This record gives sequence, structure tokens and C-alpha cells, in this order.
Amino acid sequence: MLSKKQKELIAEIWASLTPVAEDIGADALGRMFASYPGTKTYFSHLDISPRSAHLLSHGRKIVLAIAEGARDIGQLTVTLAPLQTLHAYQLRIDPANFKLFSHCVLVALACHMGDDFTPDAHAAMDKYMSAFAAVLSEKYR
Amino acid sequence: MVEWTDFERSTIKDIFAKIDYDCVGPAAFSRCLIVYPWTQRYFGNFGNLYNAAAIIGNPNVAKHGITIMHGLERGVKNMDHLTETYAELSVLHSEKLHVDPDNFKLISDCLTIVVASRMGKAFTGEVQAALQKFLAVVVFSLGRQYH
Repeated sequence: MLSKKQKELIAEIWASLTPVAEDIGADALGRMFASYPGTKTYFSHLDISPRSAHLLSHGRKIVLAIAEGARDIGQLTVTLAPLQTLHAYQLRIDPANFKLFSHCVLVALACHMGDDFTPDAHAAMDKYMSAFAAVLSEKYR
Repeated sequence: MVEWTDFERSTIKDIFAKIDYDCVGPAAFSRCLIVYPWTQRYFGNFGNLYNAAAIIGNPNVAKHGITIMHGLERGVKNMDHLTETYAELSVLHSEKLHVDPDNFKLISDCLTIVVASRMGKAFTGEVQAALQKFLAVVVFSLGRQYH
């Protein structure tokens, strides 16, 4: 359960990252591919070399979706409805991978924000990413 | 037997040579207690863990964080014999402390995040993968003597 304060903190952080969405997104994806090579199997149709156009564009897409969800966390199921359908019926990414990506997002945030990625911010963000992943996989079965 | 590339060996040694144990240890361990509050169950005798500020200011937490770093250092010095290195600690955590081994992954993730925030851009995807591989083997070794 996210407290009011945590929701505000999350919204604030993602709003500030929207201008660098493609950097954060591409960074997180690249980290995931390096640490968890199995995740690359979902991207055989794209060029996922460091800072490739595909990687930047895809990273941007993902971060903007996360940022949009953060604007009104109470409405996550509504906001993510189209993405739920996409992931359940077309992409069919094993939800275990959402955890791996979430972890890499946190690492990317830590690298980007340094000491500003406080334990409280980390806790709030971890909770949000778990909630986001859970909603995303709701239509799977 | 785990195979380490030259890059992995030098990266691990490098990270542990550069970080300040007195800083990183307490930061990682307190972060674990804050981000994953259920881990506090093992530290009932540590005093005030009521909120983030209390945890960060708690001297027992700081001391234990440093202990953990020195424990990891033993692994850094014995990367080819991690199971043996941690056998005794594994027995301790299982039989005496009764720690759920899933918790080892949590502190390992927090340490990764703390090192990442210290190193910034230098903490590349490859460096992260090397550190995570090392920590994963340590975590595995610590869980090895559980029966």
C-alpha cells in the first residue's frame, strides 16, 4: 500500500525524469540485457546494441508509460488497460521478467540520482514498480 | 566451480578496493531494513528501528553493516572457493540465526543500489552484471548449508 507521501514522491521523481526518458529507459534495458541475457530473447526483432535508435526509442516508450502511471497511481488499472491487453495477448512476456526489469530501473535511478535516491525514495519506487508489474500482468490469465 | 572472466575478477576487486566499508555497509544494510521492513524481524534486539531516520541513526545497524562488508571481503579474496569460504556462516545463519535465505538476495540488491549510486556512470551494465554474479554466488553459498 502506497502512502499519500510515497505517491507524491513517486510522481515527482518520474515527472523530473520525463525529459531524459530515453536515457533512463535505454540504460535500464541495457542493464537488464547484460545481467539477465535470457531477456534478450524478447528483442530478437530489434537492434539492442548500446544506445541504438531502437533501444532509445523503446526505452523512452517504457519510461513514459511508467511516468504516466505515476501521475495517478490510484487509476493504474485504467491507465494501463491497453498495455495490459498488449502484454497478455501479443507480447506475452513472462511476468518474472518484470521483476528483473524493475530492479534494473532502480539501479538506473540510483546511478542517475546518486544520493538523491534515498532509502525512502527507493522503498516507494520499489513498491510502485511492483504494483505496476502486477497490474500489467492482470490479463494474463 | 564458478568461472570468472578477467573482467569480472578485476571489476569485483576494484569495487571492493574503492568503496568505504564504513559508509557503504551501513548504507546498504539500513536500506534493506527500510525498503524491506520484514527483514527487521531478525533484529529485535537492535533497538529503535521505528522509521527510516531511526534505522539510519542506529549504531547497531551501522556496526552490522560494516560486519557484512568484511564478510563479503572474505569472498572477494577467495573467489574460487566461495562455497568453502561461507560454509561456516551458512550453518550459523541456518541453525542459529534461522534466517530465511531469500533475505540474502534482498541485502544483495540493496548493496548493488548503494554501489550504483556511489559510482554513478562508472557503474555500467557490465560492471553491474559482474557484481550481481559475485553476489549471487555468495548468496548461493550462504544458503548451501541449509537443510
